[in-house]
Amino acid sequence: MPVILFLLVFFAYPTGLTLLRAFTHFDAPEVGGLDNITWVLGGAANRTILIRTFTVALLCTAFTALLAFPYAYLMTKVSSRWQTVMMGLLLVSMFFGILLRNFSWVVLLQMQGPVNDLIAALGFDRVRMLGTAPAVLMGMTHVLFPFMALPLYAVLKGIDPRLVLAAQSLGATPRNAFLQVYLPLAVPGLFAGALLVFVLALGFYITPAILGSPKQALISQVLYQQFETRAAFGRAGALAIVLLVAAMAFVLMANALQRRNKAYEG
Amino acid sequence: MTQDLSRTAAGVQFVGVSKTYPTGLTAIAQLDLDIRPGEFLTLLGPSGSGKTTALNLLAGFQSPTTGQILVDGKDIGALPPYKRDIGVVFQHYALFPHMTVRENTGYPLKQRRMPKDEIARRVDDVLRMVALEAYGDRLPRQLSGGQQQRVAVARAIVFRPRLLLMDEPLGALDRKLRESVQLELKRIHRDLGVTIVFVTHDQEEALVMSDRIAIFDQGRIRQIGTASALYDAPVSQFVAQFLGESNCLVGKVDHLPRLSRVTTAAGVFHGVTSDATPQHGTAAVVTRPERCRLFTAQSEVPEGWNQVPARIRDVVYLGALRKVVADLRDGGTFTVIFQPDQILPAAPDVLVAFPPDAARVVLADGPKNH
Repeated sequence: MPVILFLLVFFAYPTGLTLLRAFTHFDAPEVGGLDNITWVLGGAANRTILIRTFTVALLCTAFTALLAFPYAYLMTKVSSRWQTVMMGLLLVSMFFGILLRNFSWVVLLQMQGPVNDLIAALGFDRVRMLGTAPAVLMGMTHVLFPFMALPLYAVLKGIDPRLVLAAQSLGATPRNAFLQVYLPLAVPGLFAGALLVFVLALGFYITPAILGSPKQALISQVLYQQFETRAAFGRAGALAIVLLVAAMAFVLMANALQRRNKAYEG
Repeated sequence: MTQDLSRTAAGVQFVGVSKTYPTGLTAIAQLDLDIRPGEFLTLLGPSGSGKTTALNLLAGFQSPTTGQILVDGKDIGALPPYKRDIGVVFQHYALFPHMTVRENTGYPLKQRRMPKDEIARRVDDVLRMVALEAYGDRLPRQLSGGQQQRVAVARAIVFRPRLLLMDEPLGALDRKLRESVQLELKRIHRDLGVTIVFVTHDQEEALVMSDRIAIFDQGRIRQIGTASALYDAPVSQFVAQFLGESNCLVGKVDHLPRLSRVTTAAGVFHGVTSDATPQHGTAAVVTRPERCRLFTAQSEVPEGWNQVPARIRDVVYLGALRKVVADLRDGGTFTVIFQPDQILPAAPDVLVAFPPDAARVVLADGPKNH
């Protein structure tokens, strides 16, 4: 009960208030209107930011999937000792704060950092990497990797490895056995991971703030800016609503897709 | 289904095949095995005896450390599993859970890029053969264990392999169902004329189904032959004890003109000498329970029979037969099967006796924990 009360007072109330403020007039918060919503969706600058945010979130989902699939697959193949080590690595990386992990990228990517040292050593000009969308993407992929790897591993370890052998004994090349038997059975894990990573990526603030720049801002940075520096609560609320609706639309879409895909299980 | 068996069945040879794991464990040691075209060969042995490894080597899931495996005289060592054209039925069927019965059964044909209508026709044929034509659109999890087993068989035979491997395919079925599936598999074997290599640890199953049985233990074949050859003339105590029930007495061996003599703590016993009789040292006299008799007095025992005093511990009624379990003085036990017309001695202290020609003197390699 006290927990629910706490949540009501300190989470539900301010959230509701913020969302309500979205439907007010920018100049006169006591008057209702769609002024703030049109500001978010209407302005060219905001539209660019929205598209950039979704692109980064999608790419981040794709990259974590591409990287986490081999990792999770390997986890199902190695001995139980190595499995523990690999699981430990995932969890340890989650224990280190997101700040620490992001600043490690700052160290790596800065003008005088090791990556640029290597580029210089190879005879090329140093590249400005911090403050760009690729740097943000890299940092986010790193931070969100465990959120893809863990649900994926949970599904992959439940796939009977003899199914692949069976497919091969029936004439399937290793490639076909993987594509026709293993991968379809891995889809629920990919879905679960993609859902988590995409929704988390949409609302990421710290990584873009550290590795990105206002010139290449993502939606959460704009949201913060409106809220904190301009005290434009209505606009911040409108941004939040767009984010929330987008995330929920994605979840519902993914659920519908998965239900169709998983028809054989339910 | 087909008349020309020699055309559809493959012969297999294992030549000096070994499989050693990086951990140093030897799963198979110097295996030589000749599987005849069209035969139903069972690999029988306790778990960890190497029988499943032999099957995996033949299917191509593992490769031998040394030696060659020939199918119809051709070395298949370099062929990956998908080029071997060998049907495999897995222990828990390994049906694809996301495919229907029809899709599962058609899978090997799809891999062979067969036209769709040809696939449909062949799938229909084979599903009819295993009496599952009404279940084509079901998913595996919507089927009973016995039905899943039949889908696994259908999928393994639909592409008409010349060799069919089965790894304990009946292990997950209940006893009653197992018996009917055994007969079903026998019928399929007869109809297709395919060579079947069948792995099991169930000796009853082996006796019912096989043309020949190879008994595996610790990575080696202890004996191979027809069920009756193995039962009547086991070459070792292990084989005698693994296939059917037997009574064994271990002691020092020496040879007489026709028989061998084994001297044990419980007495002196005679048995038939064979190729498998050790020249000297330790040997076992083995005899089957149905060849033994019980007597109450020394004077009743026929001239020349082996005898050993024992005390009756248990009498088990087996319907048509009765089984008597008796303890020997030195701690061993003896089992005697009684015909209904024989009268059980009243006193618990008896003499167990058996004629020398109902016993064989063989290698003493019984399980150490017996």
